[in-house]
Amino acid sequence: MEYYSQDRAPVLEALEKMKRARLVPFDVPGHKRGRGNPELTEFLGEQCLSVDVNSMKMLDNLCHPVSVIKDAERLAADAFGAAHAFFMVGGTTSAVQAMVMTACKQGDKIIIPRNVHRSAINAMILCGAVPVYVNPQMDSMLGISLGMSVADVEQAIKDNPDAKAVFVNNPTYYGICSDIKSIAKLAHDNGMLLLADEAHGSHLYFSDKLPVAAMHAGADMAALSMHKSGGSLTQSSILLIGDRVSEGYVHQIINLTQTTSASYLLLASLDVSRRNMALRGREMIDKIIDQVEYARDEINAIGDYYAYSRELINGDSIFDFDITKLSVYTRSIGLAGIEVYDLLRDEYDIQTEFGDIANLLAYVSVGDRLKDIERLVSALAEIRRNYRQTGRKMLKAEYINPQVVCGPQEAFYGEKESLPIDKTVGRVCSEFVMCYPPGIPILAPGERITEEILQYIRYAKKKGCSMTGPEDMDIKFLNVMK
Amino acid sequence: MELWYTEKHTENVSLSIKVDKQIYSGKSEFQRIDIFESKEFGRIMVLDGYLMLTEKDEFIYHEMITHVAMCVHPDPKRVLVIGGGDGGTVRELTKYDFIEKIDLVEIDEEVVDVSKKYLHSTALKLDDPRVTCYYEDGLKFIRRVHDEYDIIIVDSTDPFGPGEGLFTREFYGNCYKALHDDGIMVNQHESPFYEGDAEAMQRAHKRICMSFPISKVYQVHIPTYPSGHWLFGFASKKYHPVKGVNWDRWKNFGLKLKYYNTALHAGAFALPNYVEELLRDVES
Repeated sequence: MEYYSQDRAPVLEALEKMKRARLVPFDVPGHKRGRGNPELTEFLGEQCLSVDVNSMKMLDNLCHPVSVIKDAERLAADAFGAAHAFFMVGGTTSAVQAMVMTACKQGDKIIIPRNVHRSAINAMILCGAVPVYVNPQMDSMLGISLGMSVADVEQAIKDNPDAKAVFVNNPTYYGICSDIKSIAKLAHDNGMLLLADEAHGSHLYFSDKLPVAAMHAGADMAALSMHKSGGSLTQSSILLIGDRVSEGYVHQIINLTQTTSASYLLLASLDVSRRNMALRGREMIDKIIDQVEYARDEINAIGDYYAYSRELINGDSIFDFDITKLSVYTRSIGLAGIEVYDLLRDEYDIQTEFGDIANLLAYVSVGDRLKDIERLVSALAEIRRNYRQTGRKMLKAEYINPQVVCGPQEAFYGEKESLPIDKTVGRVCSEFVMCYPPGIPILAPGERITEEILQYIRYAKKKGCSMTGPEDMDIKFLNVMK
Repeated sequence: MELWYTEKHTENVSLSIKVDKQIYSGKSEFQRIDIFESKEFGRIMVLDGYLMLTEKDEFIYHEMITHVAMCVHPDPKRVLVIGGGDGGTVRELTKYDFIEKIDLVEIDEEVVDVSKKYLHSTALKLDDPRVTCYYEDGLKFIRRVHDEYDIIIVDSTDPFGPGEGLFTREFYGNCYKALHDDGIMVNQHESPFYEGDAEAMQRAHKRICMSFPISKVYQVHIPTYPSGHWLFGFASKKYHPVKGVNWDRWKNFGLKLKYYNTALHAGAFALPNYVEELLRDVES
């Protein structure tokens, strides 16, 4: 069998070989194949603990791969069509940070949609990059931010010719894609890198029925949550790069913050999932598409709910739609998405991905069974029958154009004071406020606080959204710049 | 040579029945189906290793899941059976001439085929002209139905495997919606005895209480089911299962049954204290 073929899994094979070698472990981890922690071994299983091992010669080292990890990364790069792939064990958060920190140094500008995940802005706190926000268009009925319009990106590039990179969500949590091909060309024509957050897009690489994957569209770097649609263990991700960035430099950047004791459970799961996607991804995705299309039709047949799809496509801010995403507009039954999310969990034992103030997102993947889809649809029908409300005043979400006063790093590390949240109007926030999930900031460090923003925060809190970010966990106080 | 079929009732308890021969074994899209011939219990139907019915004691289950609601409801014309691919419940229903329509929704067509072929005494009425069989997920079927039936009988397997959707709140709520204003739902309600079964029983009761104003439980003795002590649920929009029932009306039908009678009906709702307590724990 050829070594560099997609049916191989070098890390997995090396772990199996290591087990057969019956090494006597006088190295970490201290549980020694689980023997030192019987309770944990009973809980997780002997198989699992026996491969929770440290870097060693036959297993390579993630900080400096020269053998099996290097080979597994090469196979991943081939499978995804990238010049190089990095296995990441700190989640897609670490991959997004590596992208921003590779492209930008202190004071460098990055053109970025405002509806990015907090990890992108966190990276700016760390490296001192400054965001140039592009207003993501907003769907006023659904209350969700969309993709970037190409013209807006063009204008931002024109206004900021010194920016180093353009950042794109491909797709958003809700499945919406910008015209990444045109944006990549624009960026390259102006000497900028194109970075893609593909936390919700690792499956795009394996089907021709879905929007184009970032690397196939010319992106220079892409951060993929393999643990979402790829099937690997939580916290494992892949960072892909193209020819325009230096593999060695990216490696250095990753090693600034990455653990030196990478988990082989995570690495093996990436290896196996890559193999699985490369060999069987197409049929797996076909099955997911069938299930989601079925669920969408059934949910739309209930009445009032709106499970949206490709009909939203408008050629620009919704250039394409990922039909594996099951997002449902719920405000038409008089309930916020988060209220339906709570009802599903508390009354129907169904845990969905998240609810925002107008939508519910159910994550459907290769692990789902048709009978579970039936339960979800039936529970939504029952929620409509039992809990529908009319004449209720619901906040209409609008895009709140952020007033960026200074960069995230300056705001975060600057002189600050803590004020009761109602007394902060007009001040510059020095921390994040967001609903999690989806983890898109309502306020980011360096942005001016307005009454409109506070109203949104109060409403989301009242509806039961889980609010995170501020130093004060109850969000009664906010840190603002002095 | 001795051949035994064994079903584990808990991790530590099992029931074994000596088998004369295996009549059928097959795998459908949903489950493995086996039919055994035994000296003591006659033919036995087993799904995924779990005993579903035996020819010797199925009459207890099928009479009790059917006739209680048929006696309480003053004028049942349209009845829906969900699950019950073996045909036993349908057989009991066809004993009433005044029923106009019997719909059977069974997810696994092969259960019906195998029953027709090997369990003639339970499946014999599946071809009655009033019976329509739908082969689909019960949860999906019921979702589309509004105000259609007088009685719904949920003749399901256990709350794991193909039948798990039939133990959910969304299912019971959809049944409520599918019934007329005076409709009754009867369901296979697991057992109160062993811990695992009792938890499933409590969960089902809790969820039914959320959907129906009247939710009662009655008991029955089935020798081949775990502990032999089994329950059915009686959920209703209007009628109490015992109070105000016109017993004479049912007696006048003149049905000759092997297990059910009206005195037993009334008595079956009298439950042991520990069962009452398990139920009370989940009633809010």
